Formats: sequence, C-alpha cells, structure tokens
Amino acid sequence: MSKSKPLLFSTLGKKLIMSLTGLFLCSFLIVHLIGNLQLFYNDQGKAFNEYAYFMTHFTPIKIVSYLLYTSIVIHAIYALVLTIHNKKARPVGYAVYRGSANSSWNSRNMGILGTVLLVFIVTHMSQFWWKFHNDQVPYIEYRTDLNTNKTTATELVAGEFTDYMEYVDNGVAITKARDLYKQVAFTFKEWYWVALYVVSMAALSFHLIHGFKSAFQTLGWDHKKYAPIIRFVGIWFFGVAIPIGFAAMPVYFYLSN
Amino acid sequence: MSGNMNLTLKVWRQKNDNTRGKFVTYQANGISPDMSFLEMLDVVNEDLVRKGEDPIHFDHDCREGICGMCSLHINGRPHGPKQGTTTCQLHMRSFHDGQTVVIEPWRAAAFPVIKDLAVDRSAFDRIQQAGGYVNVNTGGVPDANVIPIPKIIADEAFESATCIGCGACVAACKNASAMLFVSAKISQYALLPQGQTERYSRAQAMVAQMDAEGFGSCTNTGACEAECPVGIKLTNIARMNREYLNAKIFKEIEVH
Repeated sequence: MSKSKPLLFSTLGKKLIMSLTGLFLCSFLIVHLIGNLQLFYNDQGKAFNEYAYFMTHFTPIKIVSYLLYTSIVIHAIYALVLTIHNKKARPVGYAVYRGSANSSWNSRNMGILGTVLLVFIVTHMSQFWWKFHNDQVPYIEYRTDLNTNKTTATELVAGEFTDYMEYVDNGVAITKARDLYKQVAFTFKEWYWVALYVVSMAALSFHLIHGFKSAFQTLGWDHKKYAPIIRFVGIWFFGVAIPIGFAAMPVYFYLSN
Repeated sequence: MSGNMNLTLKVWRQKNDNTRGKFVTYQANGISPDMSFLEMLDVVNEDLVRKGEDPIHFDHDCREGICGMCSLHINGRPHGPKQGTTTCQLHMRSFHDGQTVVIEPWRAAAFPVIKDLAVDRSAFDRIQQAGGYVNVNTGGVPDANVIPIPKIIADEAFESATCIGCGACVAACKNASAMLFVSAKISQYALLPQGQTERYSRAQAMVAQMDAEGFGSCTNTGACEAECPVGIKLTNIARMNREYLNAKIFKEIEVH
C-alpha cells in the first residue's frame, strides 16, 4: 500500500491548484472587461486613462494584480506538470483513437488553447502593460471648462511632468495623464493585431466553456440544483459574453479608424 | 450462408511486455452478424490453431456482460462502436461486410500488456485493496435492514457499485486516468452508513494507490462516462474529489 502524499503532491491536489487559479483568473476577466468598457466612451479616452492610472496606483489593486500574475504562472506551470504526468500514463498510444465519439474537442485540447492564451497574454502585456509602466505611451492633457462642461484634449510632450496630475486652474479642470487610450487606438489600426486578438478570444471562449465547469467538478461542487447554473454561466457568460465583449474592442477601434 | 460477412482485422500482436508489438492483418471470413465480437475472434483463432499458428490472446470470462473481463479497443473506442456495452455483448451486426477492424489492447502504463490484447489490470485490485472495503464487527449476526437508508441514497450507492472494473474508463481517457473507477469504488461506500468508519482514510488510501500505479489525472473530458459499459456517472468523480479534499484539508485522519 502506498503512503498518502501531502495534498499538493497528489494528482487531485494539483488539479485543485488548476481549479482555484483558473477560477481566480475567470473573476479577473469580469473586472478587466467592465473596466475596459470605458474604451467605448466617446470622451477622447479621459475615463479610460483615469481608470488606468487608478488601477496601477491603488495599493489593494496592485496587490491583487501581483496575485494575478502569480496565478497565471502557476496555472501554466501546473498545466505543464500535469500534461507531462498524463503523457507518461500512456507511453504507447493508440493507432486509432476516436476521441470525438466520447468527448468534446475543446475538453481534449485545453493545453493547446491554453498555450494560445499564454502567447496572447505575453503579447498583450508587452503591448500595453509594459509600455504603460516604462513610459512608452504618449501623454495627454484634458481641459474641462467648469462653466460649459466642455472638454478639450491636447497631446503633451513627454517629460514635461511625471505620471498624473489633476487640478483646477481659473475655472478649468485640468487632468494630465498617460494616454493609454491612444496606444490602444494606435495598436488596433493594424489588421493583424485585430486578427490576433479576435482569434485569441475565440480560444478563450473554448477554453472557458470547458474550464469553468471543469473547475467546479474538480472542487467537487457538483449538485443537481446548481450544476445547470454552473453549466449555463460557463457557456453563456464566460464562453460567449466575455470573449465577445473583449473581441469587440479591437474590432471597434479598427472600424472607427 | 447468405448475410455472412468477410472482415479484415488488424490485430495488435505482442509477445510480452518486454518486447515490441506490431499489427498483424488477418482475414475473418464467413462471420455471422449474430455472433458476438469475441465469437468472431474465436473463429479466427480456430483457423490459426488449425494452421499451427499462435492464436490471438484476449481476455474474456462470463461473456454475459457482467464480469468486466473482456477489454479490446476496437476502431478507436473501448468495447467498440456501441455505447453502454462490453465487447462480449457487441454483435457483429454493428460492422459491415468488407470493413477493416483495428483491435488494440487497453493502452496505459498502469496496464502492462501480458500478451497480444490481454493486459494486466491488477492495478485495479491493488487500489481496491488499499481501501475499498468496510470493517465488520464480530459478534452476533445483525438483523437485516436494521440501519435505515433512504431509497435515493441506496440507489445511488448501488449505481456506483455496478462498476465491473473493466478499465474502459482508463482506455478511453486521453490521460489514461482511472478516476471513474476509483471514484465509483469510493462512492459506493461513502454514500452508505456502513462505509462511514473508514470514509476519509479510504479516500486518501485509494487515491494514493491510484497515483502510485501511474494513472494519469482527470481533465474532465467525460470520455470515461461516455464509454463506460455500465453507465457510471461523472458525478462520482466530483464526489471523490470532495471526499479526498475534505479528508486532506478538514479532517485529522492521516493514512500512513
């Protein structure tokens, strides 16, 4: 008889890690999507740029963001560890294997979908996160006349000020910020970035249609009453609504150019 | 005879676990559509014996679909193209004249090939021995039905207990995971009052043995449930996860 290993060394424990990090990443998608909906405001990016500053400078959010980066890394590493373990469990493969007869394509190819998503995350973060944090985005100044409530925006030369300013001068509210909005608009002028983002969101959809309900199954949260709800949320909210919401952003910028 | 079929078989032949195997092609002629798949192999084997060749080795016992001994991965699926059936209950009418049928053994590191299509499934026995039992007190014989069990629970435990341990779940799973088998064996006791004493040590011991045997981990594809000849449900796996995580995180019972 074998000794029962510590939780995180057993196959079920490793699956628990996949499940918990996966669900945490799902919850992040909701926040990320809601925040980014501000890209659709017709305000020359003022709300979005203020939001970008807030998200990168509010301490609790910063802590959660590092937890998020860690989760992505752990989710990927454990996926790799489990995949290697699973490959070892069948050293000689079948000559004929009809997986389509008994399971869905996406459930059998979560690793491939996940790899696409990992490449996407690295690309996405180098395009926006890295540039935002390394002063590689343009600056902008918003001047709102407090009497007429009209806002004008002008591009600023980098180096004139640092980071972010908000003050009122002579009845005019002035906000100076990094113009991440312009960076977004600039990036999605190119069709190939739009294509990459849309394809990646399709991968996200298939990944989550299986992944969301699978996470609950791994946690053992299977109940006659709630399983249909989990299934519904997994397919229609995480599998359809969220990927379409994200994919709409590059498409919107491409078409409005 | 009219209506009989001629088939081309591609059969995996392997002397033992230490030698490399290969596919050998055989002709199965004059096969009645009313034969079972195993009877078709019997016909082929009689032919091979007559020719003085080594017959194809495959596992079988009751040939009534209840013992779990027959295996065979047929045309890419465990127990062949039909759902909810064992190979002995698979009839040749599920195939058509002139068809090529590829027959492979269960493929898993934990199921080493004994010879040809027969694999060693004693890993399942060792998992069962690790915790798939209940302790019984000595003393007088207890009255029958002395412990009340709700019908719905009794039915669920019974459904889990119908697992015949054939290994089709492992064969079907892309990860060669044994979780459907192990979860059914854990569930049949976890659900019943008689199984409560060892409830949490059982989940730990059986999962530990499953890991030690070298089975893969579950990715919830559901292939096992679809291919199970007796319809063991995925909900068993959720229950096993619950039992195991509960034991590891919240209970003090350790298994050494």
